[in-house]
Amino acid sequence: MAEQRVVLTFHRWQLDKPVTYHLVKDYDLVLNILQAKVTTEEGKLVLGLSGLEQNVEKGIEWLKEQQVIVEPLATGLSVNKDSCVDCGACTAVCPTGALSFSDDWTLGYDEEKCILCLACETACPVRAIEEKF
Amino acid sequence: MKSYEEINEKIRSGKAVVLTAEEVVALGREKGVKHVAETVDVVTTGTFGPMCSSGAFLNFGHSDPPIKMQKVWLNDVPVFAGLAAVDAYVGATELSENVGFDYGGGHVIEDLIAGKPVVLRAISYGTDCYPRREIETEITLADLNQAYLFNPRNAYQNYNIAVNSCARTLNTYMGILLPNMGNATYSTSGELSPLLNDPHYRTIGIGTRIFMGGTEGYVAWEGTQHNPMQARGDNGEPLAPSGTLALIGDMKKMSTRYIRGSYYYKYGISLFVGVGIPIPILDEEMARCVCIGNEDIYATALDYSVENRAKPNFGRFSYKELRGGSITINGKSIPTAPLSSLKRAREIADLLKTWVKDEKFTLTAPVKPLPTDHGFKPLNIVPPTGAMV
Repeated sequence: MAEQRVVLTFHRWQLDKPVTYHLVKDYDLVLNILQAKVTTEEGKLVLGLSGLEQNVEKGIEWLKEQQVIVEPLATGLSVNKDSCVDCGACTAVCPTGALSFSDDWTLGYDEEKCILCLACETACPVRAIEEKF
Repeated sequence: MKSYEEINEKIRSGKAVVLTAEEVVALGREKGVKHVAETVDVVTTGTFGPMCSSGAFLNFGHSDPPIKMQKVWLNDVPVFAGLAAVDAYVGATELSENVGFDYGGGHVIEDLIAGKPVVLRAISYGTDCYPRREIETEITLADLNQAYLFNPRNAYQNYNIAVNSCARTLNTYMGILLPNMGNATYSTSGELSPLLNDPHYRTIGIGTRIFMGGTEGYVAWEGTQHNPMQARGDNGEPLAPSGTLALIGDMKKMSTRYIRGSYYYKYGISLFVGVGIPIPILDEEMARCVCIGNEDIYATALDYSVENRAKPNFGRFSYKELRGGSITINGKSIPTAPLSSLKRAREIADLLKTWVKDEKFTLTAPVKPLPTDHGFKPLNIVPPTGAMV
C-alpha cells in the first residue's frame, strides 16, 4: 500500500469534471479530501490518496493526462519557536492533533497529521504559526 | 512555626530548602504535610498567561519648547495622557488607530522592552507654560525617565473553563471556542499558580516582593475584581475566579521572554505576563496549602454562548482532568486546551527558585494583608439622576 498527499489545481473549464469518481472507480484509491476550494479562477483540491503503489502512480498519471496540475503537498506549517510561548491556544482548534504537547508541555508539530486547515494560524495569539512555502 | 526572619536568615546563609510548587506536591504525597512543614522553607510558584488588565506608566521627559501632551500615540496606539504634561499610561488592550487588531498596547509594551524605537506623537492646546502644540519623535525604553508596569489585575486565583454549546464558532478572550462543545479552554497553571498556593492570602499581600516579567516586582494592592468570598472547596481553594493582585515592576529590567503582546482573534489585544511568587512555609497550614495538587483544585465550566452575565455552568473539573486532555459533559468527551503556558510557568518557578537559593532573593511579609471580606459587585443599569454637569 502507498499513500500520497497531493495538491490538485484545476483550470476553470475543468471544474465540472467528476475527477475523484474516476480515481476511486478506475484506480481503486481511497481518497481523503483534506481541503477543497473553488474560486472564479481555479479549483484547488488537497487529497490524500492511498492504495496499491502502482494504482496511486497510475491515478496520478491519469490526472496529468486530464491536464490537472498535480503537485505533492510539500508545504506544512512553520512554527517559529522564538515567538511561540507554548501556550496551547492552537491545540484548541487543531482538528487532527497535528499540534499537540509533548510530556513536558512543549508544543510539537506533526506534519504528517496536518491538513493545512490553518485554524491554528488564526488562533495563535503571538503569530508564531504560518504556512511554509 | 518559622518566622520570615528565620527563613530569610537561611536564604542569606545559603541553607534554605526551596522547592517549586510542583515539586512540593510530589514531596507532600510521598512524605506528608508534616514533613513538608518541617523541611521546606520556601515554595516558588509561576504563571504565564494573557492578562488584559495590564499596562505601563511612562514619563517621556520635556521637549524644547515643552508641551503639555493632551493626546498621545505610541506607534499609532492611543495612550492615556490625562495626567501631568509628559506622563502617560499605555493600556495593554488599546488598539492601533492605523492597523486595528494587528497591533496594540500590549505590542507597544513588548516593543519597548525589546529595545525597539517607538514613534511618539502628541498634540496639545498650548499653554503659557507649555507653548508647543504638537510633537512627533522617536523614543526607546532607555530614553524614558520612568517606565513601570502597573497592572491593575494579574495572577487571577483560578479561572473559568470555557465551552460553547451553540452551533457557531465563538471568538473570545478564552480563545476560539468550537461549536457544539467542540473544545474546552482553561487558563491557569493549576497547582503551580501563585494564589492557589496561598488560598487565604496569609503570605501574599500588599508589599510582597515577586518575580514579574523577568525582574523583581511588588504586589501593590488588591487587584480589580478581587473576589475573596468566591465559593471554595473544603481545602480552601476557590472553585471559580477569586482573588486578584495589582502588580508593579520596573519595565526597564524586564524581558520579552516574560512579557509578550498577544492577539485573540476577533477579541483583541492582551499581554502575556510572567509572574512568580515565593511562598514561605511558616507552619503546617502553609505546608498543607502548597501540597494541594491538581486533582484537588477545581474550575467551573461555563457556557460562553450565553450572552448574559450569568452563564449556565456544566459542573466542576479538576486541573488533573483538564491537563489530561478531555473532560466529559453530558456524556460527551470534550478535548481541553490551555491558554496559559505551563512550560513557561515552570520556567518562572524554576528561575525564582534559583533567585531565592543563589541570588539571595529574600521574602517579605505583607505590609498589609489583602481584604478577605468583600464580594464582586455587578454594574447595575439605572436611569441617570441628572448629577452630571
